[in-house]
Amino acid sequence: MSHIRLENIVKTFRIARRRPGLWGAFHGVLRREYRTIKALDRVSFELERGELVGYIGPNGAGKSTTVKVLSGILVPDSGRCEIDGRVPWRDRIANAANIGVVFGQRTQLWWDLPVIESFDLLRDIYRVGSGDYARARDELAALMDLEPLYDVPVRQLSLGQRMRCDLAAALLHAPSVLFLDEPTIGLDAVSKLAVRGFIKRLNRERGVTVVLTTHDMDDIEALCDRVMVIGHGRILSDSTLDDLRARVTRERRLIIDLLDEDQTIADPDVSFVSRSGNRIHLQFDPDRVQTAALISRITAKYAIKDLFVENPPIEEIISRLYDEHELR
Amino acid sequence: MMNAFALYINYATLSLRGQMQYRVSFILGTLGQLLGTGVEFVGILALFDRFESLSQWSLAEVAFFYGLVNVAFAFTDSLSRGFDHVGDLVRTGEFDRMLLRPRSTVLQLIGKEFTLKRLGRFLQGGGVLIWSTLYLDIAWSPWVMALTAVTVFCGACFFLGLFINIGTLSFWTTETLELMNVLTYGGIEASKYPLAIYRPWFRRFFTMVIPMGCVTYFPVLAILGRTDPLGTSLAFQYAAPLFGLLYFILSLLIWRLGLRYYRSTGS
Repeated sequence: MSHIRLENIVKTFRIARRRPGLWGAFHGVLRREYRTIKALDRVSFELERGELVGYIGPNGAGKSTTVKVLSGILVPDSGRCEIDGRVPWRDRIANAANIGVVFGQRTQLWWDLPVIESFDLLRDIYRVGSGDYARARDELAALMDLEPLYDVPVRQLSLGQRMRCDLAAALLHAPSVLFLDEPTIGLDAVSKLAVRGFIKRLNRERGVTVVLTTHDMDDIEALCDRVMVIGHGRILSDSTLDDLRARVTRERRLIIDLLDEDQTIADPDVSFVSRSGNRIHLQFDPDRVQTAALISRITAKYAIKDLFVENPPIEEIISRLYDEHELR
Repeated sequence: MMNAFALYINYATLSLRGQMQYRVSFILGTLGQLLGTGVEFVGILALFDRFESLSQWSLAEVAFFYGLVNVAFAFTDSLSRGFDHVGDLVRTGEFDRMLLRPRSTVLQLIGKEFTLKRLGRFLQGGGVLIWSTLYLDIAWSPWVMALTAVTVFCGACFFLGLFINIGTLSFWTTETLELMNVLTYGGIEASKYPLAIYRPWFRRFFTMVIPMGCVTYFPVLAILGRTDPLGTSLAFQYAAPLFGLLYFILSLLIWRLGLRYYRSTGS
């Protein structure tokens, strides 16, 4: 049985239309006009226990609405959804005890309290037994080096420290699902790596199912085998990262460092992408020309210092997918 | 239930410790409340100094009303702050965070802010209440004592109900809340005086629509051993506080409706 199952979830919002100007505001008080938008339009997917899925899409595509439905905050208009056999919105409290949610932009810790007191309060809110709590807390603290932060009020933490504490806070009750909403936003490079490393371990070693929402494609690249793309409230793509890549573009990048800065490269099978100094970025289609053949042809013809082949950056793939579906 | 209470104590302790970090602010706040409510009572004293009685109600009797309401309201006031801010919590997304936790939203809102500054109001109200009993000839039978305690309890619940109403309303609108303060703070002010001095429509409204009189006026008559100029029976006066409790329960039910509305619109 799958861990999380969504079937044809539909959610529409009614938004009051605002008229411009003072008269418009006055008019709005007397009579409101609404327009409806479909935030989720027959969204379906299934996740197995222990999967780590990237859930991406432009702002307003329906990512957070999905998370709100899954966490029982929002009741959808129609469709079915189960987590561990529970309907989240019908069984909000039982469901909430089984999931963890981290918002990168907002902390769930108490601003004025030292970290450890927030943890203690969460223990009581989630009714975690004191033995289980101490074990979970110490494990998390060891993994993310939290102990030095215990006595620091949350408002004094750096963003990276705060995120580590927030991750731990969401896991104290040992949830079987973790929803992460932009967990690396605003973090410095070192903290980003630490957070990613932790998420990966959590998923591999404890089998926690993770749904990761992010705009940082490096997160996706580093963590996710499976990627779901949502736009206009519909799932546009649900596949492995490699398949997504292959479907959207087969093109590869050929990056060449020339010995001579004035040289250019001309070949019928490659197209020019960009150039900086003596580094040239080219593009080719591996179905039209064999990579090995292309490389030997070029190295025979030009004076080359270094050369390598790459996949186009994931950002480009995603942005091409958005363009295809006329998003943004 | 026991567990919920334990959690509340925990919330309250933490909230207190947070407030203690700003010790000067806490002391000044408590003192301010004590003086603020004190001045209010000085107003009543001045009134009685000039007119001697308020249509057959003596100063001590009015002081008893006043003290009782203030004691009950002080309890509410220290619990109800969260409901004043539901609109803000919704806007900042903090309310969603409450829904993400495996606890009732009402409990979390009550626990959100325990304001000890209200101690000032409690002390002042309690002081006036005790002072008034020195001048009143109350027959303190076990029944009367129990009625006093029940009245304070039901009063606190009733006032909490009013604040829950305000919180509920902010699921729908943010604009009419100022108007609602007329009902809460205005009503609480009004209930500090015997209901009989007001005009009939006003009395009816605060008995039948919003049963403010049921948690102050009617039971206090029984405590003071006065016959009601409005002609209610002793049995009704004893039963009246329960309507305050009923109102509180009704408010909780309406809250759940509001919550359902919020969770289906998400706005």
